[in-house]
Amino acid sequence: MSSSVARKGMGLDVLTLGVLLSVLALVSLFLTANTHDPLMKVHAVILLGAFVLGIAALFMRAAGGLGFDQSRYEEGIIKAGVVATVFWGLVGFLVGVIIASQLAFPNLMYFEDIGWLNFGRLRPVHTSAVIFAFGGNALMATSFYIVQRTNRARLAGGVWPWFVFWGYQLFIVLAATGYVSGITQSKEYAEPEWYIDLWLTIVWVAYLLVFLGTLWKRKIKHIYVANWFYLAFIITVAMLHIINNLSMPIGLTEHKSYSLFSGVQDAMTQWWYGHNAVGFFLTAGFLGMMYYFVPKRAERPVYSYRLSIVHFWALIFIYIWAGPHHLHYTALPMWTQTLGMTFSIILWMPSWGGMINGLMTLSGAWDKLRTDPVMRMLVVSVAFYGMSTFEGPVMSIRAVNSLSHYTDWTIGHVHSGALGWVAYVSFGALYCMVPWLWKRKRLYSNDLVEWHFWISTIGIVFYITAMWVSGIMQGLMWRAYNTFGFLEYSFVETVEAMHPYYIIRMVGGLLFLIGALIMAYNLWRTARGDVRKGEVVPDAEPLSIAIPTAN
Amino acid sequence: MGFKHEVFEKSPLLLTIGILVVVAIGGLVEIAPLFYISSTIEKVNGMRPYTPLELTGRNIYIREGCYLCHSQMIRPLRDEAERYGHYSLAAESMYDHPFQWGSKRTGPDLARVGGKYSDAWHVAHLDDPRAVVPESVMPPYKFLKDNLLDGRTIAADLKANKTVGVPYTDEEIAKAKSDLFTQLDEYADDYDGFMARYPGANVRDFDGDPEHATEMDALIAYLQMLGTLVDFSTYKADADDNLR
Repeated sequence: MSSSVARKGMGLDVLTLGVLLSVLALVSLFLTANTHDPLMKVHAVILLGAFVLGIAALFMRAAGGLGFDQSRYEEGIIKAGVVATVFWGLVGFLVGVIIASQLAFPNLMYFEDIGWLNFGRLRPVHTSAVIFAFGGNALMATSFYIVQRTNRARLAGGVWPWFVFWGYQLFIVLAATGYVSGITQSKEYAEPEWYIDLWLTIVWVAYLLVFLGTLWKRKIKHIYVANWFYLAFIITVAMLHIINNLSMPIGLTEHKSYSLFSGVQDAMTQWWYGHNAVGFFLTAGFLGMMYYFVPKRAERPVYSYRLSIVHFWALIFIYIWAGPHHLHYTALPMWTQTLGMTFSIILWMPSWGGMINGLMTLSGAWDKLRTDPVMRMLVVSVAFYGMSTFEGPVMSIRAVNSLSHYTDWTIGHVHSGALGWVAYVSFGALYCMVPWLWKRKRLYSNDLVEWHFWISTIGIVFYITAMWVSGIMQGLMWRAYNTFGFLEYSFVETVEAMHPYYIIRMVGGLLFLIGALIMAYNLWRTARGDVRKGEVVPDAEPLSIAIPTAN
Repeated sequence: MGFKHEVFEKSPLLLTIGILVVVAIGGLVEIAPLFYISSTIEKVNGMRPYTPLELTGRNIYIREGCYLCHSQMIRPLRDEAERYGHYSLAAESMYDHPFQWGSKRTGPDLARVGGKYSDAWHVAHLDDPRAVVPESVMPPYKFLKDNLLDGRTIAADLKANKTVGVPYTDEEIAKAKSDLFTQLDEYADDYDGFMARYPGANVRDFDGDPEHATEMDALIAYLQMLGTLVDFSTYKADADDNLR
């Protein structure tokens, strides 16, 4: 194999992708022409446009000669992923602030003539934007970065990684436009309808193959632990996605479908999916991120290799069982609830295995918390991970759950994990990667990272404390009895009592959004190569894009 | 010890297989038995598939994301039984593709909201929630009154439901579109046939606008039947079949 070739014309990757896109373009042309469903028509046109653009882009790149230099890492796609992560993050946080303000100020934030701006349609936009668009792009970008660097191999699949990237953005656009126009199957975090699910399945399988293909080409004997977590995330999400979305469309040119399962079985399947969207999308994948960026930034090896092996297998085995704790005291049979609760409590241990491994990696480098705000962000993310993976098992206990379920406590719990852990570890990774990718010696400003860190940390604290208070208060009010043995509060009195906490929550979210805006500005200036005046920070040597040849 | 973890670290294929096996077990043990253990769904009298109008209303409920703030699952806890009524049975959602149990009560549970408020209250409330409940944080759904029902896909809706297991008859599928409108009119020609197909269904104009069949009609028809089907006078919670 020659080390450096600019390939001309059609490789196998271009050919297969070209065929796939052409077939899909024809399918969407058929859809566009034949559907009587106005909502489907819009999506068919979007699909058609995307596939035609994809074919055009493929032709232009093939004609221009595809530079797949096997002696260098593929970094263009990671840069694109970084931009997408920041962009979707801002969108997701903004929509979150909007829906939080709707609950705080319904009189101001609802418009009777604009139904698609209602909470019920925007809430899935928020959850999908932060989980799948922001989190998903962060996971894809970092996995592509890490799998190359830790295996000393260029990404496999030629043009296919770009298909994965753009295919995933198309999925996000279809999902979000679907929600606001009323296309949803109502399964939380799995709202997109059948044809969008099919599209994501194609993209996801391509993602798995690119990732596995890169592992196959590796020049390092052992696969590094971060990759195990990414692989578990990709495989398990595929399994969950396919099974939870099994459904019967009412017609091939109609957007609507009916879930294959009903009632209790459907509920169990959905929360098996839903909890493992947390376990594998928001935990395993981001642990992979942690296992690369924390040791790298601290310049220390991972604390315990043995611990990483034990907690990896334990975590992925046990997480899958935890779903029924979303269905305590429901019509789900008791044996299933008990299994779910038991495994949720056991799950505390492997979760903290990851936290301990991350935190202890800083042994001998704790001074970096004082000098390096990026390191601090990464460490605080691990601390939040530890906190919410303790809170989760507590809430999964049936007796606790009888109070917390259906209340804002759950919302607060999710956000301590999502903001404190998922977003912070992603921010840390972004702050690491942008100077590395754009070959800069340092970030534009460390002071701005400090501002980002403190503003958003205060935001998170506002958010989760408000939700703890409102959730526990509402749970207690629902079950309060007066001295005559009657229920003390009507439902709407408990809604009224939420008002101040909904305002505090909105302010917390707003602070988090402001922090992210500061980050976006900082990263943009870093990519441009600017350095803020008056800041004294030692320069680092830019990382080479060349793949080291010696083992 | 003969086994070394190295084998997984050196083979992407073995690592993939290992992961798949380990993550498959929990789901198999927790989900698969729910399909064949007969006590999973209680034996009850009164359950029937949704009428075309109710199903249309249910699809509007799903489309608007009502499930994000309203649960349909009353837990067997004293305060919930007093606030909302008898705890929910698995049988009550056996025809629900997908289920609508929800996960959050920003608003109250709706599992048994059927018959608790008048149609006129629902219209006023959906129109402008704060006109009726000043402290409410619910969005307004006035536009439902302007969206007319055409029944374009209703037969296909019933058919897809039948494919996934809801016992709609061929007659019900064939008459789906006319049944959609029959339920809005007590004097419709096919009233008796409709009532035979869907025993106990509410037949009337729901939105106070008898001239038009609207999404408001459908949504209220759905809300007004929620939790009303099971005959609790014949339900024996302690029967062997129902112990779970």
